Parts: sequence; C-alpha cells; structure tokens
Amino acid sequence: MSFDKVANTNAKTAATARKPSRGAAAVEWADDRLGLATLAKKQLRKVFPDHWSFMLGEIALWSFVVLLVTGVFLTLWFKPSMAEVEYMGSYDQLRGIHMSEAYASTLDISFDVRGGLLLRQMHHWSAMLFIAAMLVHMMRVFLTGAFRKPRELNWIIGGTLILLGIVEGFAGYSLPDDLLSGTGLRIADGLVKATPVLGSYMSFFMFGGEFPGDDIIPRLYTVHVLLIPALLLALIGAHMLLLVYHKHTQWPGPGRTNDNVVGYPLLPVYMAKAGGFFFIVFGVTALMGGLLSINPVWKYGPYDPSKVTAGSQPDWYMGIAEGLLRIMPGWETHIWGKTISWNVFLPGQIAPIVLLTMVLAWPFLEAWVTGDKRVHHLLQRPRNAPTRTAFLAAMITVYGLLWAAGGNDILAVKFHQSLEMISYFMRGAIFVIPPIVFVITRRWCISLQRHDNETLLHGYETGVIMRSPEGGYTERHLPVNEERAYKLTARDRDEVYDGAGETDANGVAAPDSRVKRLRSRLSTAMFVNNVQKPTVEELEDGHHHAEHELELEEGLDHSADGHQFDGRHSIEGEPLRGGH
Amino acid sequence: MLIGLLLTGGLYAAFAPASGAGEQQDDASQVAEGRKLFLVGCAFCHGQNGEGVLTADGKQQLGPTLAGVGAAAVDFQVGTGRMPAVQPGAQFPAKRVQYTQEEIDALAAYVASLAPGPAIPAESDYSTDGMTDQEKEEAIVRGGQIFLTNCSACHNFEGSGGAMPNGKMAASLRNASERHIYEAMLSGPGEMDVFSNGNLTPDEKRDVILYLQSIKEAPKYGGFSMGGIGPVSEGMFAWLGGMGVLVGFAVWIAAHTTRTSKEKVDA
Amino acid sequence: MSDNQDTLPEISTNGLPAEEPIANPGLPAHTWRPTDIDPAAEKRAERQVAALFGISMISTVLFVVAFFAFKVGDEPTVVGGFGASTVALGLTFGIALLAIGVGVIQWARKLMGDHEIVEMRHPASSSPEDREVTLTQLAQGLDESGIGRRPLVRNTLLGAVGLLGVPMIVALRDLGPLPGDKLYHTIWTKGMRVVRDVVGTPIHVSDLQIGDLLNGEPEALFPSEENGYPELSGVDSQIAKSKGAVILHRMEPSEITPSKGRENWSVQGIVAFSKICTHVGCPISLNEQQSHHLLCPCHQSTFDLADNGRVLFGPAARSLPQLPIEVDDEGYLVAQSDFTEPVGPSFWERD
Repeated sequence: MSFDKVANTNAKTAATARKPSRGAAAVEWADDRLGLATLAKKQLRKVFPDHWSFMLGEIALWSFVVLLVTGVFLTLWFKPSMAEVEYMGSYDQLRGIHMSEAYASTLDISFDVRGGLLLRQMHHWSAMLFIAAMLVHMMRVFLTGAFRKPRELNWIIGGTLILLGIVEGFAGYSLPDDLLSGTGLRIADGLVKATPVLGSYMSFFMFGGEFPGDDIIPRLYTVHVLLIPALLLALIGAHMLLLVYHKHTQWPGPGRTNDNVVGYPLLPVYMAKAGGFFFIVFGVTALMGGLLSINPVWKYGPYDPSKVTAGSQPDWYMGIAEGLLRIMPGWETHIWGKTISWNVFLPGQIAPIVLLTMVLAWPFLEAWVTGDKRVHHLLQRPRNAPTRTAFLAAMITVYGLLWAAGGNDILAVKFHQSLEMISYFMRGAIFVIPPIVFVITRRWCISLQRHDNETLLHGYETGVIMRSPEGGYTERHLPVNEERAYKLTARDRDEVYDGAGETDANGVAAPDSRVKRLRSRLSTAMFVNNVQKPTVEELEDGHHHAEHELELEEGLDHSADGHQFDGRHSIEGEPLRGGH
Repeated sequence: MLIGLLLTGGLYAAFAPASGAGEQQDDASQVAEGRKLFLVGCAFCHGQNGEGVLTADGKQQLGPTLAGVGAAAVDFQVGTGRMPAVQPGAQFPAKRVQYTQEEIDALAAYVASLAPGPAIPAESDYSTDGMTDQEKEEAIVRGGQIFLTNCSACHNFEGSGGAMPNGKMAASLRNASERHIYEAMLSGPGEMDVFSNGNLTPDEKRDVILYLQSIKEAPKYGGFSMGGIGPVSEGMFAWLGGMGVLVGFAVWIAAHTTRTSKEKVDA
Repeated sequence: MSDNQDTLPEISTNGLPAEEPIANPGLPAHTWRPTDIDPAAEKRAERQVAALFGISMISTVLFVVAFFAFKVGDEPTVVGGFGASTVALGLTFGIALLAIGVGVIQWARKLMGDHEIVEMRHPASSSPEDREVTLTQLAQGLDESGIGRRPLVRNTLLGAVGLLGVPMIVALRDLGPLPGDKLYHTIWTKGMRVVRDVVGTPIHVSDLQIGDLLNGEPEALFPSEENGYPELSGVDSQIAKSKGAVILHRMEPSEITPSKGRENWSVQGIVAFSKICTHVGCPISLNEQQSHHLLCPCHQSTFDLADNGRVLFGPAARSLPQLPIEVDDEGYLVAQSDFTEPVGPSFWERD
C-alpha cells in the first residue's frame, strides 16, 4: 500500500521558529508553569476523519453547552420555591390567583423579563434536541458497529448519558409547577407508589409527605441544576477523553486501514468545523426559541390537583413510558392483604429498565455470540451486519409504536378513530409488528449485499440496452473503478462460532458445552444467509466473464436508441451514449 | 322514557332558577313556521312530533326525543351546522349551516313548544356592558379558573378539543361564537354534560366565555403555537424541524466541496 | 470519480490471501478546489465569509436595538399578532450566531487547506513492558503496606469504611414523614357540605338537573366565618384537594345499580365519586352524558358512574371510590362519611 500521494502539511516550506511576539510571551509564561506544549504537541494536529454521520454526537454536545448557558441565565430569575404567593405580574388572566413562587417566577421570566421568554424557549428546545441528538448518535454508532472493542465502555457511558438526560429533562420541565408538568409529577408519584413493599415510603420521602407537599420543586431544582449536570459533565468528559484516546473510527476506503486515521487536522480544520457547528446549533436553537412557542405555561395555569387538560402528554422523550402506561391492561394482584399493581409497576419501572439493559448490554452480547475479540477501528456498513441492523429496526419500531400509543388521544382526534381501538391495536402491534420488521430488514440487507457482490463481479448497470442480432435484450455492464470496488470489499468475512460437539476421548461432553452450543446456534442465526464478499478466484472468474462480454459487445459500441442497428445505417464511429 | 323526560322537564321548570333574560317566543306563527321546517328537515330522525325514532328492534335510537331540550339546544345544534345530521354515527361534526337565523329561531320556537327547556340566552347574559375594566379582568381570571376546572379536561387548555371514547371528540372552541358556547353549556349537546344554571351560574358562564375570548385575542407571545395541543406537536417540530435542519447542516459541513480538474499553478 | 472505463482495473493480488480480493489502492490523488486555483474565486470566497461575519455583527446590533425598543410587561409590543420582543430577539440572536457558524464553515470548506492527512493509530492497551512494570510496582507497594500479611488490619479497615455508608443513609430518614395511615383518610367527614370548586358555594339538591356534571370540593377547603372551618395553608389545601376533589353527576335514579350497602349513597339520582383516578392519580371529569362513562384524559381509564365506578376500559385496576352523600335539613348535599377506601393510586399496603 503506497502512501506517496499523502501530504502531511499544506505548506510548501518547512515551518520555522520565529522570535516570540507579545502573545507568545504570555504563552511562554503559562508553559513555564504548566508544561502545556508537551500536552498540546500531540493534539494540535490530531487527525479526525470526515463524514456527516460523525457530527451527530456533536449536535448533542453543543446542545448541552447551550443548555448550560441558557440554564445559568434562567437561574438568575427563577425561584425554586413552593411557597404560596398571589400573582401580581403582567399576565392579566392570572392576576390575583394564588400560586407557588416557582410558577410566579416563571410567569415573570416570560412576561416581565426582556428576553426571558426567549431564554425559556431556547432552553426547552435545546433540551429536546439534546436527547434527540443522543438517540440519533446512538443509532449511528449501533448501525456502524462503532461500539465494538475497544469502545464498549464508551457505549455504556453514552447509554448512561441518555438516561441522565431524560431524567434531567423531566426534572427541568417540572420546575415551573404548571398544570401539565404537575400532572406529570402526579403520575410519577403514582408510579413510585406502585413499587412493591417500599412504594408508599418512597413516595412520602420524595415529596416530604403527602402529594404534592412543598418540597418537591426545590428538590428537583437541586437535582436539575447541580447533581445531574455535574454527572453529565463528568461523563461527557470521559466520553470525549475516550474518543481522543482511541481516535475516531472511520469508514473503510482507499488509503484507510484499521491501523491509521485519514482525515483533516484538528487545527485548523476541525476547530473550524466543530466550532462553526456550535454556532449553527446555537443559532438554530435561538431561531426556534424565538419563532416557535413551546411550553406556554401561562395557558396551563398553576398546578392544581383537581384540574387537568385533555391531551396531557409529557415531553417526547417520556412518550415511550406514557405509551406503555396507556396500553397496559388493568392488572393488579391482591395477596395476603397486599396489592401488587402490575398495571403501573410493569410499564413504569420494569419495562424501561429491561429496554435500557438490552441496549447497554448489546456490545457484550454481540461479542460473545460472534466470538470476535479483535480491535475494530473501521466501520461496517449497516447492510453488512444484517442481524444487527434488523434488530435496531425492530427496536425503533417498538419505540415508534409506543410513541404513537402515548399520543393515542391526539391520533384519535386528528384521524377520527376510536380511542379504544387504537389502544387495542397497539397492545397487539408492539408484539406482532417488530418481528415482521426484523425479518424484512434482514432480508433487505442481504439483498443489498447480493447487489454489491453482483456489482463487483459483473460491473455496474449502465442503463444502456443492447439488442443482439437474434433479438435478445441485454443491459450493458461496465466494471466499477478500483476505489469503489475496494470499498465494496473492505469488510470482514463472517465466521460462525463453532464450539459445539466438544467431547473428549471417552465421548463425555465438555462441561460448558450447552452454553457453547447455544452460542454456536446464536452465531449461526446471526450470520445465516449473509452474503460474503467474493474470493480472489471468484473475482477473477467474474472479470474473465466480463472481458468475454466486452469482446462480444465490441462492435456494438454505439448509443442505444436503436435506430443505428436496424441494418440500414452505417455504424461506423458511433459514440457511446453519455460520452467518456 | 317520554314520561321520565316530561317529569324531568317538569321538575326543572319547578325548581330551576330563572334561566337568564332570554324570552321564549310564544308567537304562534313562528311556532307554526318552525313546525313546517321541522317536518321537512328533522322529522325523519326525530319523529313527526319530536318524539324520537327508534330502530326496528327498539334497542337503538335513530334520533332522540326533542321534548325538553329547549330552544337553546336547537339554536346550538342547527346554528353550528351539526344538525341536520348527514348520517347516524358516533358524533355529528359541525359543518356548513343549512338554515338562516330566522329559520333557526322558528325551529327553536317549535321545539321549545313541545316541552319546557333551556331558552336561548340573551346577549346581555354574556356581554360585558356595564362592567368596569377591573370587573372585566376579575371576570376573566375567574373564568379561567372555572374553565380549567370544568372544561379543559375535555376541550384542552386552550379549547383546541380532545378525544372522547369510541371515536367521539370534544370539539374545538376556537371558532365557536359566544352564544353557542353558552348554549352548549346550558343544553349539554350529545355526550357533553349539562352545565345548568344551577351548576354554573349565568355569570360564571359569562366569565368562561370572556376567558376564552381573551386567550383567543391574546398575542402569540412566544411565536407560532403549532396547533395548541402541547408536547406532541412540540416533539414533532423538534424532530422534523430541529433535527432535520441540524442534520442537514451536518451533511453540508462534511460534504465534498467543489472540485476542479485543473492543476494548481505555483506562482 | 469516473465510473466509465474502457479497461478493467488492475487487480493486485500479490501476496494477498485468497479472501481479500482487492488490495487497498491507497489514498486517491488530491484534487484542487477552484478557490485553490483561481485567485478570483479565492477572493470571492473570502468576501463571502467576511460578509457573513458582517451580517452577524449587524444582527447583534439589531438585537440590542430590539431589546430596548420592544416592550414586555403590562403593554407588550405586539406586531402581527406576535409578541414582538421574543420573536425579534430570537431572530436577531439566531441570525447572529448562525452567520458566524456558516461563515466559519464556509471558510473551512473553501479556504482552509484540505489535503487529507494520515496519522497512525496506537493500540488502546498499554505495552507489555508497561504492564509488567506497573504490576511489579503494584506488588511492591502492596507488599510494603503489608495489607496482604495483616488480615486483621485489612478486615477491620474494610468494616470501618464500609460502615461509614450507614450514617449517610440514616441521615436521609427525615426526608419525609412515614406514611402511617394518611393515605387512608381524606378531609371529608360526616356532615361536610359539598361545594362548587373555584367559587365555594354549597349545592342544593334542586340545583342539579339530569345530565349535570359538577366539579366539587369539600367545604373545608373554602373556610369562612359562616362555615367555621379553619384556615388552610396553601400546601395543606393542595394536599387536601389531591384526595378530596369529587365530581357530582345527576342521572335517572333508575339507571343507578348500587352494590350491596350503597343503596342510600346517592340522592335522587345524584352520585358523588372521587375525582382522582385510581390508576396514577390524574383528576377525571370527562363524562359522557348519555352513557355515564367517565374517561380519564391521562391514560384513558374509563369508569361507569352508574355502576359503582367500575372500570370499563384502560389501565386502571380499581373502581373509582364513591362518596356517600345525603341531604342536610336545608336541602344541601353533604357527605355521610369519609370515603370507605383509600382514594387515588394503589400502593402496597392497601387492601
């Protein structure tokens, strides 16, 4: 593999050390004390590969920064207290109403602080984008296999970040103590009460007594402003540190191997691209905050346990839990004078834990099934891991169906359907539709693999139709160029793990042979029907075949609208349609 | 059932407080006019004398009896176009109004003549004439609290409407007129409960109407409201609008920029 | 990338295993951008970037102008039906930021050097030598500490440090009171009047007609001189409401099918039920007049008001608690007693 086409720098002459300017003197002062140059020398020109899908995590990162900045501003005016006050601010429709200080201060921010409503809306929009971006980034990492060794820990950190982000969001939108979020807190209290044995104690400890009490908002404030941001910052720091240490993964292609990174240097290109993207994320959030009204708490009114609005939904990232709660049948068990509320406990506590565990454990499961202990820095195209891609498609289906179930009343109104029918449908759909999606997606990936192989062996379809003198129609195929051909073959072959049938000389099966047999069966199931890339022999065969075809088509190198070949025209020097 | 309804109407007439300043038109010619219109447009489902029509097995109603529903119900149903209904169903949507207001008044007078029922409110019942600004503001505030206690559970926090069981829905209040809102509360159309004047007094009904008006006229403080149905549309915009735009930018940032096949000439 | 070729690409299979059909062709040749070649294009790109930064500066100034020009508060500036301050501040701030971002990106794409650079990776694991040295150091250090040879010291240390977790957990005890029997009672007592929510007026039997749905509260939540109930703080009022809110519905007396013992819990067809859903506690008042089915807006649990609040559909498992009511000597509706079962969501100790 030759690298003589690679440039290490864009300059034409070597850089020279210059006499220190004033700025440089300051840097020297710092370096004398901190030794920064040693640290910086490796990082300044660090290479990052370039692809749009690598920027999805950045959306999350910059949204987090926006959250921090707007959040700090909001804390200057927000009062996290449930003390009762009489509202005397500018919003006429609530003047004189008794409400908590938290709600009153939110109204003040919205109506009496210039830029306050903009800050509130920016904060809320960027929270939504933060979690959405984390999810999309997670899906990209999953689909491309970027969670494989050595990045399993980063995957776990990422999953934890998503969980923390969701809790943080819930705490955040509950702070204004408005009707909609207060209803959400009521539901949270119900969820907590349904915990077996400890439920009522947990509920009383959380709320400082009976619901709603006057402790929950200040406590959520501490969680939202101090505890979880600290955890988020620490975990994001660890996430980034691992990324810098392992270097970013890259797509396979010409010049790219498992042992190098090809791309652009941090200074100046990635500082510019990442820094510029920060401003773009901030700017888009500001535009959304100014133009799109979100969480209009003044219309909901202050929280009152006897008031509610139709269409009570939590923010979108809680929609899954909401959907689960809505479609769950009303099952409760009464034994020995105690109640187990399956209808709340299962969807509210068990199901999210199960789903999260499945997601977090995937890298280890996959590694166990495939027996793959190699280090991977090259990404896989989703089609080349059909079972994994199909699994994600099925999970996304479950997610989407539960989302829809969480908004079943909105769906009923907008599409003129029966509310009950939607719920009944969803109860069955979340079990029936995902396996179907799984099967379809897997077949689709395999057929894409087949198409890739055909491209490699027979060339790409030119769209030029040839008609032979006997009257048969064929499509002209031309070979793909080397770069593209390499990209199509730059992947591993799947090896089925074969650990079954280990017996010793006396025919006694090995002690963990059952586990090994299960593993082998799973491994087979994972790779069954995957189409492997062609071997050298197959490729050479394909090329010979192509050469033969080219010979046959030699005399037919003409544009194929057909007229030229009716036997009455000269076919001398007819150019190929499309040109060279 | 007819006896039961007549009893109810009688009880109502005996015990209910005066239902506002609306007068029942006793004009016999108006009633006759109304009967003529009724026979053409309403009797098919509601019976020749407004007694209601049952299906052949006697188990379901084609159209309920109109004895005791009152002029208010007629003015509401016909005035919002819900009646005449096009086909039987879970719920009758508001549609194009088929009758002129005169005709509606005549129909109302006829139905009111069948049995006593809630009357069409007079405009003074829900107007703010004679109220000081302070009183108006207090009325709006109180109306908001009453609305959020009694109405938003079905109609949503700003009257955008909501889902009810089995394909029915609580209508959007955005384009409803004040009189029709009053009448709906008074007459409890379809599956909507009744909010009689013993439940919500006429003043309280007026307060609710004032509140709805005030939030309709309020400026959009924070920008476009995206349908006024809360987090569902907000989430949709966050994904489609926000993430879509940002991912679009990401694609642009990492895309190959224009290339030329010319070679660089070192100056 | 040109896909059209007259000849087949070379397949270099030298030294490759049979499974690797095509060798890595190496980095493609660098192609230039128009801005690298053409000084006019370069100047144009520079001007574009500078213009974008200029737009940002203008937008920032407009932000400051809008901040002071558009009013909020009692008389907010309204333009086109929108709150002008928020919209203008958002637009100007957004454009200011976006322009910087787009400008920097454009600079990177068009003007910064874009040769692809190769950097070699290093293995994530430490080298075997490092591992050995570290292990040796670890062993030496542990040996010098003697912790391996002194199990008594080690175990008591672990015990002492482990126990330190206990004060931290115990200190959380006063997060809240114990539930006791608070969840079993509400503020309702015998003889307490039902009043209308928000306005607080008591309800006479004749006030309600068939089909009426009234949102009610216990009179204790509206203390006054007349009724003599003690003042309630805001918090206590909210807590009382979260269990005491009720709905009254009047239907034909013949439609009600009371279970045993509940025959006298209704008054002339008026029934009173808890407004708090038994699923997770949302207040319910979506009632269908004709079928007397009560629907909770949160998760669509549906209850039958004529049949003791029985669950008809949805995730609720328990029927809605009914408040036994009667008429006092002035004809006003009063409670006969507190609810006979806990109100609201289920919990472990219940039942």
